[in-house]
Amino acid sequence: METDTRGDRLTLYGIEFSSRLLAGTAQYPSPAILSRAIAAAKAEIVTVSLRRESGGSRAGERFWALIRDLGVRVMPNTAGCRSVKEAITTAQMAREVFDTPWVKLEVIGEEDTLQPDVFGLVEAASILTREGFQVFPYTTEDLVAAERLLAAGCEVLMPWGSPIGSGRGLNNPYALKSLRAHFPNVPLIVDAGIGAPSHAAAAMEMGFDAVLTNTAIAKAGDPVKMARAFALAVEAGRIGFLADLMQARDMAAPSTPVIGRAFSDLARA
Amino acid sequence: MRIHVNGKALDVAAATLAALLRELHYEDGAIATALNQNFVRKADRGRTPLKEGDAVEILVPRQGG
Repeated sequence: METDTRGDRLTLYGIEFSSRLLAGTAQYPSPAILSRAIAAAKAEIVTVSLRRESGGSRAGERFWALIRDLGVRVMPNTAGCRSVKEAITTAQMAREVFDTPWVKLEVIGEEDTLQPDVFGLVEAASILTREGFQVFPYTTEDLVAAERLLAAGCEVLMPWGSPIGSGRGLNNPYALKSLRAHFPNVPLIVDAGIGAPSHAAAAMEMGFDAVLTNTAIAKAGDPVKMARAFALAVEAGRIGFLADLMQARDMAAPSTPVIGRAFSDLARA
Repeated sequence: MRIHVNGKALDVAAATLAALLRELHYEDGAIATALNQNFVRKADRGRTPLKEGDAVEILVPRQGG
């Protein structure tokens, strides 16, 4: 039996990674803590965005230099885009600045939950893949939407655990398990809503290929320590999945041998 | 000429997108541009004319989730 899991790799669009924890870069107390947290998370992929800046500010340039120094791969997002047009233009702009065909595609359809607009998502994904992008769509657990995204050319899906920034964990484990079962060979990354290392471990134990989290690490009291906790949780969950978890059952089953128990010949009152 | 840059109304002299970036002191670094919601590649900025009422977006790398 193979017990060494060091050769276990995550493959995304033909590129292999050792780490199965993807990290966001927003909301950290400082750039220094961001750098230390990414290192502690052992993340090899981080998400970034594009935003407005006044001429001469140079904040964007400084941030980009910091990320480049981390030596990680960047995944630009289209966060906050609410139309196909906005998302496509943002993706095109990101590709030029970050020099990558990768894009975490977000088309937001509802304000309170920041729920993906899966109709717009499929349309945008179709256009972007035709333009040569490698699309990571932020989607729901919807099986039909997943099928359409794959048909549109996506090779990876990123279903939400729960609404962005909510920290509620895996809101719909049944649907997530269904998604995993329906697409056994598609890399699936649980994105959004992860609030605790145990949530990440649970996703990995279900067989998801990776987890992306931002707020849970960045807004922790000690982001660097939390980043390490997430790295351990993701690794533990992955190894647990590979080790093949036992089946849960409704009734108790003694773990200590019953045969040979003292007093077993006495009648119960 | 009055245009909108990153959502703010500005009176500018620049005739092209490339000239606008110089006028507004954007360095020639990691920036991306769009005109009226359409992406404009860096190589095309010099031949992209501006006109009254245009909406320009100038974006830079930022933290993201």
